[in-house]
Amino acid sequence: MSNSDVELVHSPDVFEGSFEIGKLGMWIFLAGETMVFGGLMVCYTLLMISRGGWGADGAHVAWRLGGLNTLVLFTSSLTAALAQGAARARDAAGVRRYLGATALLGLFFLVIKAFEYSSDFGEGFTPGTSLFWSFYYVMTGLHVLHLLAGVVVIFGLRWLIGPHTTDAWLERKLKYVCLYWYFVEMVWIFLFALVYLIPNVG
Amino acid sequence: MAETRSEPAPAEAHEQMGFWQQYIFSVDHKIIARQYLFLGLFMGYVGVFLSYVFRWQLAWPGTAAPLWGKVTPSQYYELVTMHGTIMVFFVAMPVLLGAFGNFLIPLMIGARDMAFPRLNMASFWTIFVGTVLLLISFFVPGGASRAGWTQYVPLSDSTLYLPGNYWGGNLWLLAVAIDFASVLMGGINFLTTAIAMRAPGMTVWRMPLLVWMELVASVLFMLSVGPLIAGVVMLLFDRIVGTGFFLPQRGADPLLWQHLFWFFGHPEVYVVAVPGLGIVMEILPVFSRKPIFGYRAIVWSALVAGTLSFIVWAHHMFVSGMNPNLAAPFSATTIAISVPFAVMLFALIATLWRAQITFATPMLFALGALANFLLGGVTGIPLGTDASDIYLHDSYFVIAHFHNTLVPTAVIGGFGGIYYWFPKMFGRMMNETLGKLHFIFTWVGFNLIFIPLFLIGLGGGQRRIYQASVYTYYKPLQPLHVIATIGLLILIIGQLPFIVNFLVSMFRGQQAEANPWHANTLEWMTDSPPPHENFHTIPVVTRGPYDYSVPGMERDWAPQNEELMAAAARN
Repeated sequence: MSNSDVELVHSPDVFEGSFEIGKLGMWIFLAGETMVFGGLMVCYTLLMISRGGWGADGAHVAWRLGGLNTLVLFTSSLTAALAQGAARARDAAGVRRYLGATALLGLFFLVIKAFEYSSDFGEGFTPGTSLFWSFYYVMTGLHVLHLLAGVVVIFGLRWLIGPHTTDAWLERKLKYVCLYWYFVEMVWIFLFALVYLIPNVG
Repeated sequence: MAETRSEPAPAEAHEQMGFWQQYIFSVDHKIIARQYLFLGLFMGYVGVFLSYVFRWQLAWPGTAAPLWGKVTPSQYYELVTMHGTIMVFFVAMPVLLGAFGNFLIPLMIGARDMAFPRLNMASFWTIFVGTVLLLISFFVPGGASRAGWTQYVPLSDSTLYLPGNYWGGNLWLLAVAIDFASVLMGGINFLTTAIAMRAPGMTVWRMPLLVWMELVASVLFMLSVGPLIAGVVMLLFDRIVGTGFFLPQRGADPLLWQHLFWFFGHPEVYVVAVPGLGIVMEILPVFSRKPIFGYRAIVWSALVAGTLSFIVWAHHMFVSGMNPNLAAPFSATTIAISVPFAVMLFALIATLWRAQITFATPMLFALGALANFLLGGVTGIPLGTDASDIYLHDSYFVIAHFHNTLVPTAVIGGFGGIYYWFPKMFGRMMNETLGKLHFIFTWVGFNLIFIPLFLIGLGGGQRRIYQASVYTYYKPLQPLHVIATIGLLILIIGQLPFIVNFLVSMFRGQQAEANPWHANTLEWMTDSPPPHENFHTIPVVTRGPYDYSVPGMERDWAPQNEELMAAAARN
């Protein structure tokens, strides 16, 4: 170790060095979350392969509603990205508008999901019906909980924006929230393929 | 967050906080660490008490255990289940990660606190709720879970197999899930803090080994626990909602649970063992007055062992009925994992070579930990090899093996850590005589328990049998059970000097200096106990953590933040 090492590392006043701790923490959190959803999806997929597909069980899943929800969630990610763009343009009103749209689209997703669950239940497909439906309810249910948390956080952030908040603060917080929101959408893309599309094809 | 962290709140502001803010709902990592330590120690003695009751039943079946009474079969299974659960999830993790990780990571890397102090507080109160739920489960109708600490399905899946054990089983799953959530929050903090908040000059290759080991443990935990969290949710659904994720009669595969459990379970062993070894790695050089041997080799070994730990899990399942073709690859990876651990142990032993050893209490515990971890590691090889495991599986040999890996690291190493960092945590020294007494009783007692258990296992003694004396083949092994229980009683008596020492020293012990052991790492470069926000000025790190007895220097230690000019003049 030479003396020059001291200069290589940041100055005493800067704690975070070249890292942004909030972003780093969020990425680490999402890595753990990936393993939760990943574990479920791997179990589901292995069991599906070992049984040669889900057969008649999977044919009743409401793929049209699922497809609609995919579009809703895609749009919400677009508005989230627009909110980030507005934050970069220092347009607080725009941020508030797009964040509101994102959260409302999230709520819309949840409403559609509620209709879907109730129609599934109406047709007699409950969590105890079969292994496929057990996985369906646990995986989509866990996703719904994550989405709900996201909606609450987005509304919370939108509510916090005010005259005392700085643009830099807003841009940073928005980045962490959006990172989470995109993750929840990514999970849905996998779920849509695994739970809605593949069982209908096979 | 960034703007608030870089301007430390003045220590006076902290003094003015109310009692609740300062000591109960504190966001100071040092207070939270002590909360974890008290919780872990309390649960540790609960766990020891449970083991005392079932070991009494094993040694003298059918007689009344003092302070408990006669042990019924269902009580016996509650006791063994809860002993394992408490010791792994509610003692080892809170003490090694929660207490030592929390206390030492910011101090050792020269940070003012954790990256997310409020998350840190939430992490403690989450595990506190989990602990309370677990303890409540003893008192619900049907008693605590009886399905073993691994909760194998279908036994744990339905009250069909464990009649009346509905609430106990549910609370077990809930408490463990909450415990996992708590450690996940801790892990986010540990990793972010150590990656992003190191003091100037603290390059990764100047981090003390304990910090490295806590990081390895955090990564292992965060990447392995996800599937088991999913599994716990699935099992809770099976029990409460009536799904059939693990029930063979519903077309599911019960081995799925074992895969999920051990995919987490094997890395989890290292989550506990590796920070325990990290404590030993900090203590050995200080009391040997020598640099640690092979610093980088140790770090790389820990990283390799951590990576390999994700592909060894099926060695727990050789006799489970899984595809036997899987046994060979999993044996091979398991044997391979002993190589990095052998490197670490070799480096630690080489650190002692020709050293000027001082046998202070922390050093005694570190040496005891090293000796027994060696025994634990060596006895893992016949268990990792499928051919010999088929005989030894589920025998007392397995019990003795994993207690010889986890107790030396988590308990004996952990006690060493308490004696070593007590001056920093509480500002006072512990009593050496009582400490040595504690070590002798604990170490002798521990070996008196588990060496007989190795022999019982080799003799064919199976674990989880309520009254083994009814089997003829088991009768010759019975005296060994008596010896083991006597060993446990010796260990328990040996805890009295510790408890007295701990409580009295906290208030009446001799005032500690900033650096009583003449160590190099940054936690010793601030007051004992450290002020709020840890350092008066953030240290600038100029050298590695283990520069002891550098030739040509007047002192035999060189603090990590020692000014280079002064050091150069001395050289």
